[in-house]
Amino acid sequence: MLGGRAVLVSSASTVVFFLVLFAAIALAPGASIVQERFLDPVHLKQAFLGTQTSPSVFEALLLNVKMFMIAEAFILVFALIVAIVRGIPGPVFFPFRAVAVAYTDLFRGVPLILVLYMLGFGVPGLGLRFFSSRSDVTYGIASLVLVYSAYVAEVYRAGIDSIHESQIAAARSLGLSRWQSLRFVVLPQAIRRVIPPLLNDFIGLQKDTALVSVLGSVEAARAAQIYAAEQFNYSSYVIAAALFVLLTIPLARFTDQLIARDRRRRAAGVTV
Amino acid sequence: MMPSGPPETAPGDGPALRVDNVYKSFGANRVLNGISVQVAPLEVICLIGASGSGKSTLLKCINLLEPVDSGSIFVEGHDITTPGVDVNQVRRRIGIVFQAFNLFPHMSVLQNITLGPRRVLQASSSEAGGRAAELLDRIGLSDKKDEYPDRLSGGQQQRVAIARALAMNPEIMLLDEITSALDPELVAEVLGLVKELALGGMTMVIATHEMGFARDTADRVCFLDEGLIIEEGRPEEMFTAPQQPRTRQFLQRIIAAGRL
Ligand SMILES: Nc1ncnc2c1ncn2[C@@H]1O[C@H](COP(=O)(O)OP(=O)(O)OP(=O)(O)O)[C@@H](O)[C@H]1O
Ligand SMILES: [Mg+2]
Repeated sequence: MLGGRAVLVSSASTVVFFLVLFAAIALAPGASIVQERFLDPVHLKQAFLGTQTSPSVFEALLLNVKMFMIAEAFILVFALIVAIVRGIPGPVFFPFRAVAVAYTDLFRGVPLILVLYMLGFGVPGLGLRFFSSRSDVTYGIASLVLVYSAYVAEVYRAGIDSIHESQIAAARSLGLSRWQSLRFVVLPQAIRRVIPPLLNDFIGLQKDTALVSVLGSVEAARAAQIYAAEQFNYSSYVIAAALFVLLTIPLARFTDQLIARDRRRRAAGVTV
Repeated sequence: MMPSGPPETAPGDGPALRVDNVYKSFGANRVLNGISVQVAPLEVICLIGASGSGKSTLLKCINLLEPVDSGSIFVEGHDITTPGVDVNQVRRRIGIVFQAFNLFPHMSVLQNITLGPRRVLQASSSEAGGRAAELLDRIGLSDKKDEYPDRLSGGQQQRVAIARALAMNPEIMLLDEITSALDPELVAEVLGLVKELALGGMTMVIATHEMGFARDTADRVCFLDEGLIIEEGRPEEMFTAPQQPRTRQFLQRIIAAGRL
């Protein structure tokens, strides 16, 4: 807890710090041109709402949100399957494990943008009936799912590995099958443990939906780019950036809360 | 009620459990060395022996948590160590309680106890709940049924672990040093419960360092040394007139440590 004097000092130091920072920025050479190009109130507003010829950045952001939500749902399930397959013991399942390992190695290594190019531009050219006639957004979501599931599968796996084997022994000794032990004993504990890192990955996913614009989908970043190209003003990027930040902040705070709750609970557990 | 005598007074034809010439190694470390032991129905035997003598390993082999290298184990006359045996089927008939309780931390006391009956025995939730309520009453923890394990004392947790194993109506209970992780003042409540179980009639194999408890509760005490039972007998005989020098040595150390 801060005492009265400490509060005073911290407030004063905060005020002085920002005054100096503001002065440094405002008085710097080129400050006015920077403001005009990046922070023009008229352009900020126009980019946000859209014009006759350029889409609203705000509305375009809804596409990001939509891609994020759909991708997230698939990732949660698909990554869990990959993580589980990777942990199935026994020589019979070797090829399945191998595929799961190869998949995670591959897609954690390849940049998302390359996956987008390959799926978004490559697959339509294959002339396959179903796969080659999807929308850009679909290829975008598929790429996000492929890349992020590789990360999330590893997060799940770390969670599964963190459950002590004595828990499995206790479950098996009751006569639960291997699968039942996983389902009722290991996974519920593992998933609870990995929620914070999982949410962290999803913050990354929210931002990376912007990369789908390389396929031509008009999401927030692309809408901002259209505006900037038309008006020769970059305020649209600033508004897009601000919207992305606003989008991720709730998730970030929620993650912090979960971590704090976890820490409190663990601390309480130790003293019992 | 009290099974006052060794095997021959007990009902049933054959032994409840028979371990026959079992070997088990971990790498180059041979832990069970051709061990054999029989347990009659309703008999309570205590396994004593130095740390590392193989008590826990024997119990894990009986529960098929560790595969044996060679030899056989029979439950009610059925060989459970032949290949192709349904391990889940075997395990539901044998309850085991561990030193570290190993309760499921994400489940309430009630859920811990009903998990096995519900998922393995396919009991309905009211059946399983009714049986759990009975057991909770018996272990004196009816008021804790909705608590999570980390809110219970070690002694309470271990009693719940015993109830969890009993909920499966096992034919045999294996207890592996179930009081070793407890504060001294909590040991009595758990041992008291085990004693009640023994008096109520339950086949049990108990690995323990609590010699006083073994003397009071066991029908027979087996002394393990380097993966073999080198001496066994009724507790009166074992604790007062051990025949083997190793047994004598072990008991002397225990007495010196003030544990008998
Ligand atoms: N999973 C395992 N892997 C390798 N070695 C093991 C394993 N479990 C037990 N051992 C070894 O087997 C030997 C016997 O262990 P065990 O736990 O059966 O002894 P114990 O009689 O129960 O001893 P304690 O009284 O300390 O519990 C020890 O040397 C131990 O290191
Ligand atoms: Mg042991």
